Amino acid sequence: MISFSVNNVDVQVDAPGDTPLLWILRDWLNLTGTKFGCGVAQCGACTVHVDGQARRSCVTPVASVAGSAVTTIEGLAATVGDGRELHPLQAAWIEAQAPQCGYCQSGQLMQAAALLGDNPDPSDDDIRNGMAANLCRCMAYIRIKKAIKLAVRAQNGGRK
Amino acid sequence: MIGVDVTRRWFLASLGSAAVATGFLPAGAQAGPLFGGVSSGGYDPTIWYEIVGDGRILVHVTRAEMGQHIGTALARVVAEELEANWDHVEVVHVDTDPRWGVMITGGSWSVHKSFDQLSRAGAAGRIALLEAGARMLGAPLNECVARDSEVRHGTRAVSYATIVSSGRVTRQFTEEDLKAITLKPASERRFLNRDTVARDVPSKVNGTAVYGIDRKVDGMVFARPVLPPTRYGNSILSWDDTAARKLPGYLRTVEIVDPTKTCQGWLIAVAESWPIAAKAADLIEVRYKSDGGAASDAQMLAEGARLVEEPNAGGVFYQEGDPLTRIAGAGAGEVHEGTYRTHSALHMPLEPLNALAWQDGNTWRVHAGNQWQSVTLPLVAKALGIDQANLVFETSYLGGGFGRRLYCEYIVPAALTAQMMSRPVKLIFARSDDTKFDQPRSPTVQRVRSVTNETGALLAYDHACASGWPTDSISPELLAPSLDGQGKIDLFAINSADHWYDTESQRIRAIRNALVHATLLPGYLRSVSSGYTTWAVETHIDELAHKLGRDPAEYRLALLGGTGRNGGVAPHAVGGANRLRAVLQRVMEKAEWSGREALPPGRGMGLALGTGQEREMPTWIATVAQVFVDVSSGAVTVEKLTSVVDAGTLAHPDGALAQVEGSMLWGLSLALFEGTEYENGLPRDLNLDTYTPLRMTDVPELDIEFLRNDHMPVGLGEPGVISIAPAIGNAIFAAVGARVRDLPIRPEAVRAAMGA
Repeated sequence: MISFSVNNVDVQVDAPGDTPLLWILRDWLNLTGTKFGCGVAQCGACTVHVDGQARRSCVTPVASVAGSAVTTIEGLAATVGDGRELHPLQAAWIEAQAPQCGYCQSGQLMQAAALLGDNPDPSDDDIRNGMAANLCRCMAYIRIKKAIKLAVRAQNGGRK
Repeated sequence: MIGVDVTRRWFLASLGSAAVATGFLPAGAQAGPLFGGVSSGGYDPTIWYEIVGDGRILVHVTRAEMGQHIGTALARVVAEELEANWDHVEVVHVDTDPRWGVMITGGSWSVHKSFDQLSRAGAAGRIALLEAGARMLGAPLNECVARDSEVRHGTRAVSYATIVSSGRVTRQFTEEDLKAITLKPASERRFLNRDTVARDVPSKVNGTAVYGIDRKVDGMVFARPVLPPTRYGNSILSWDDTAARKLPGYLRTVEIVDPTKTCQGWLIAVAESWPIAAKAADLIEVRYKSDGGAASDAQMLAEGARLVEEPNAGGVFYQEGDPLTRIAGAGAGEVHEGTYRTHSALHMPLEPLNALAWQDGNTWRVHAGNQWQSVTLPLVAKALGIDQANLVFETSYLGGGFGRRLYCEYIVPAALTAQMMSRPVKLIFARSDDTKFDQPRSPTVQRVRSVTNETGALLAYDHACASGWPTDSISPELLAPSLDGQGKIDLFAINSADHWYDTESQRIRAIRNALVHATLLPGYLRSVSSGYTTWAVETHIDELAHKLGRDPAEYRLALLGGTGRNGGVAPHAVGGANRLRAVLQRVMEKAEWSGREALPPGRGMGLALGTGQEREMPTWIATVAQVFVDVSSGAVTVEKLTSVVDAGTLAHPDGALAQVEGSMLWGLSLALFEGTEYENGLPRDLNLDTYTPLRMTDVPELDIEFLRNDHMPVGLGEPGVISIAPAIGNAIFAAVGARVRDLPIRPEAVRAAMGA
């Protein structure tokens, strides 16, 4: 049994330790918002947070997160407030109408949340570089970037 | 930006009763399909929507949602004529009941082809509700109006909900009745050409949107294919799963016997979890008998180059006059000839191919993303040996379509494995599996020869295009007769070669490259043939302008007379080349074309026009690219793309803009960042480490403008792609004098052309 927490809920998983966290989340825990894209950490669709840091869950063995706190897209809102309102990034994503097919967006949002965690006031270049490892096959990049800037503005209380 | 109220009912409904704070769903919550529930008991004047007793208007959408917010766009069309309250409108994606007719989401057709039908359906409901409402109000019909889901007479009103729940509206409409309806004048429109937010977006920011890969049913097991060395001509001599059997949770390997011959030499590894199935697939040892095609890009391009030189190969797509005699009689240096090539390009939808198949009583069910249910459903029924009536596809959201999910042949192995296992099977392709058996845009070769007079008028134009013909492999009954009466051609391998420039004589031929077909299954890649025919046409016209010493913009304007055949046809192409001239003139202003000579060294502006996807539905686009070329390396940086688009009426303007943004970047990605080569019958680049679509760091400045009008809506998913590559190529020529004729454009090719 491997014990860790997901979205502030303690879980115990009976699975081979080398099973990628991605599939544990999706198929053991029914948290299908985290997506399988490439399996080799090149697209970012599977991005989650492990102890607050963005991680590619497709190449993260579940054994390596024993004792850690994992956050997925389903738990992103609860990282601010009580989780009954959208995370500022999610609200900005809707305001910018960022998603097209949407498949990469969980990973984009989790990457963006980690980016803002490290750097609450990123420049355009910071955003571009911070998001470069997340592929959007629909190429909705213009709106993803716009949404991040909207969220930054909202977090700063509308200043800027 | 439009204000967004995320507490609306439709958003809460999409959250359901999920425990929002943790994201963990109630047990079993994953088991239900997102789509398919069409209720009954309300009022449905046609099959396209139903008004239920509480006033909700459920619009039945047969097109797949793959990023274009199609449900929103189509529901706006219904709401317009129905005079609905938009907050009452809900989008319902339907199953594959035969009553929906042909189900396809492709060709950028969805809004265009549904527009008249859904407008009339909406109007029918309004008419019937007005009649019933007027009776209920005791008011003369001609004094009543319908607005915001109410029938109003003076200050009194009765809601659509009240009318429907009273049971007093029952009128049904025949096809003739619907045809006889006069639609609202554009001046009365309240929804179209006006913005709204997309209904599918909220579920795509919180992880609740259900894609093909997300569905679960009881008793389901997981599977991954073990693919043969090439797509065709393989059979299995022997296989051994000894090593796989040591994996905990491995179940068995199924050898696919496929009456449809879709799977030639496939095994499927089945396990209790996908990671185990994936590992098992890697451990299975197989001996194949292989005699299928295993050509390379170089070989397929060489064959294409041979074919375009053959005087009468292929079939005639369009001809007027006798350009061949004119070309044969031309003097030395009078014929301008160019050969334009494109390498293989891959779909790489971010959601890898997958399908869940299971038997539910006498019915087989499939949950998978699907753009063309009508072509895949008969295939899967044949594979299973069942009647089509006993097969239902439950469409989900698509994690990217781009044409890869039109012909869903990957459902066949999923269904056959479920049949062999006697239990539900979710087959998921690893990314490398998905890539190996992609249906790529096949390598293409086009030769264009033209003759102009001293004023630049096109006297003769001869275009031959050799490529794979997707329709020949996927749905051959849809091939079209060749205009010379010799056999058939694939329109989807040649569309947009029939440009809108005035031409005295021309011939356009589509040639099937048999070596492509022996090697791979050529597919429809976003923008399809328009993506390469426009590369040839717009590069060639630019070459002519420079040869003649003309400004490429001014030269194009001179060729766009907009009369005769190029004057367009109502309603789909009203105005013809005159609209193309308008977008060209506007983009010249926006991009400050006249100032291009003042750009610093190494920089240049190039121009290209696009009229995708076909003459029957042209979207008028003009693009200016500004590039910087590093003369030492040949590396090209696109600094700015400016596109002006006339797509007629916009059902969902913000969605239209999103499609143009994404498709322009697709065009850029295909021009500079993507492309692979087949080697031994498979793509050389199997994953996103070496196949490298554009990333956020590569995005240039985009400037997009729609010319707004009330004409028939046309396509938007693909046309934005097609003018980008030639605009970039033409800008490279303007910057450093290097004429590139191959896609993708590689620095080495630019370097080489600089010396040419």
